[in-house]
Amino acid sequence: MGTNTWASYFNFSAVNWVDFWANTWETISMTLISTIAVAILGILLGLILFETKQKTTGKIMIWSKVINWVVSALVNIFRSIPFIILIVLLLPFTKALVGSIIGPVAALPALIISAAPFYARMVELAFREIDYGVIEAAEAMGANKIQIIWKVLLRESLPALISGVTVTGITIIGYTAMAGTIGAGGLGNWAFIEGYGANNNTVTLVATVTIIIIVAIFQLIGDQSAKLIDKRNN
Amino acid sequence: MIEFKHVSKEFVTNNGKVSAVSDLNLSVEDGNILGIVGYSGAGKSTLIRMLNGLETPTSGEVDVNGAKIASLTGKVLRKQRQKIGMIFQHFNLLWSRTVVENIMFPLEIAGLGKAERLAKAEELTTLVGLKGKENAYPSELSGGQKQRVGIARALANDPEILICDEATSALDPQTTDEILDLLLQINHKLNLTIVLITHEMHVVRKICDHVAVMENGKLVEDGLVLDVFKRPQQDVTKRFVNQEVTPAMHDTEIAVHELIEAYPQGLIVQLTFHSTQTQMPIISEMLRQIPEIDFNIVEGSIHQTQGGPIGTLYIQLTGPKESLDQAIPFLQKMKVETEVLHYGD
Repeated sequence: MGTNTWASYFNFSAVNWVDFWANTWETISMTLISTIAVAILGILLGLILFETKQKTTGKIMIWSKVINWVVSALVNIFRSIPFIILIVLLLPFTKALVGSIIGPVAALPALIISAAPFYARMVELAFREIDYGVIEAAEAMGANKIQIIWKVLLRESLPALISGVTVTGITIIGYTAMAGTIGAGGLGNWAFIEGYGANNNTVTLVATVTIIIIVAIFQLIGDQSAKLIDKRNN
Repeated sequence: MIEFKHVSKEFVTNNGKVSAVSDLNLSVEDGNILGIVGYSGAGKSTLIRMLNGLETPTSGEVDVNGAKIASLTGKVLRKQRQKIGMIFQHFNLLWSRTVVENIMFPLEIAGLGKAERLAKAEELTTLVGLKGKENAYPSELSGGQKQRVGIARALANDPEILICDEATSALDPQTTDEILDLLLQINHKLNLTIVLITHEMHVVRKICDHVAVMENGKLVEDGLVLDVFKRPQQDVTKRFVNQEVTPAMHDTEIAVHELIEAYPQGLIVQLTFHSTQTQMPIISEMLRQIPEIDFNIVEGSIHQTQGGPIGTLYIQLTGPKESLDQAIPFLQKMKVETEVLHYGD
């Protein structure tokens, strides 16, 4: 029996490689599309969180506080909902938005809504790490808000923003696999249907190794580009 | 011309209102270098930040070459800020940009074309002595080099005035002097008005022509550097001046004390010479004119200021009482500032 158990993981003839490639591609595309969307949404939210915490006076101060409170609350709420529950919770919303609750596209709303608040906090933190004196220097030169955001905030925190995208992207890869169990497609779905449902251990192993490779590549690209851009200590 | 007119600034904190600057009047003529000194919390930083609108006064008026800074907002204020350069204690460079890119930053903000930006940045790199470092990142530069980039950046938009916020406080003495020389050179070359704040009297003595002393948000003393150094009026000013003129004050006090014990009948005076007096043989003249007088040097020093040299000398005079009695009127006649530290019993 022991030999059989081991052998069941390496029965490669039982793997449908056409399905493998299709599912791998689905995982990669789901991850990339949602990571890009999360990056954009997260930077916007992070920017709102950061800017509404800046010291202001008068009427603007009250609006800042209100916006900060609302965005903070939303971010905290969505960050604390377990992903698998969020998918289920969002099913009617997903159906209305993309017309289906099955397939990789159907997974996108849940992936994005779950990961964006997570990244937004990282963005806020990255902006907060910028020396306030640098922002003040830009103000003293007569920079407007847009120039400060583009030329100081985003540019100076770029390595941290990229590291954040890497971490978030890897989390999203994990989420895609979870989403797969309820029909989102990709390697998670494949491992669940073929590997678990049809008791094909080899499929489960192949799916696992492939995900590990995808994560490693993602990490490598993220780390290298952050390192390349970071001019603080080299 | 810069004018602060009845300027006050209050901050609202959890413990109530705190007055950072109160009813302050001060003006700076074009091309002057004004040093504002005071201990931390004196309000110097708040005051100079009013010059470019980083702080707005609660009441009063700040006038920079006719522009009423406190009343400016939005686009007009940002345009005005381009005419005012500022350098900082911690340089505040963008680490993601090279030297040239940092210098071009204010020009980008002002909306200049790429070719113009590059030409101006090249010119300024040479002016501040960073030729060959154009493509280095701030992390590859020393503190002094970083401040040179900061100065070049502040000069990029051809400002009317330059604000220095403790610009040398993070630098070692040697580098401080180099940066001060550079500021002085720029002041002469461009006739640029400079307002600096510092807690080091050395900085004031080396490059300022005017000095203003602040304490608890108030201007307690101001005037020409040489005058303030010669005759400091307020206690806080005396402390600042002493820190600079007699760095060995404590050692001197011990020496003076020992001399008094050894020769209780002697006369101990502190003499302050300035300008051409420092080059005149006043003491030997005194010895020739007053019979039977001997002297003993306790401590002496000389410092260069923008208004001329200042020397201090602690001496002990011994001899018959009638001779000693003539010494002080003689020194006063020679217009040497004389302070008697000890005379007989």
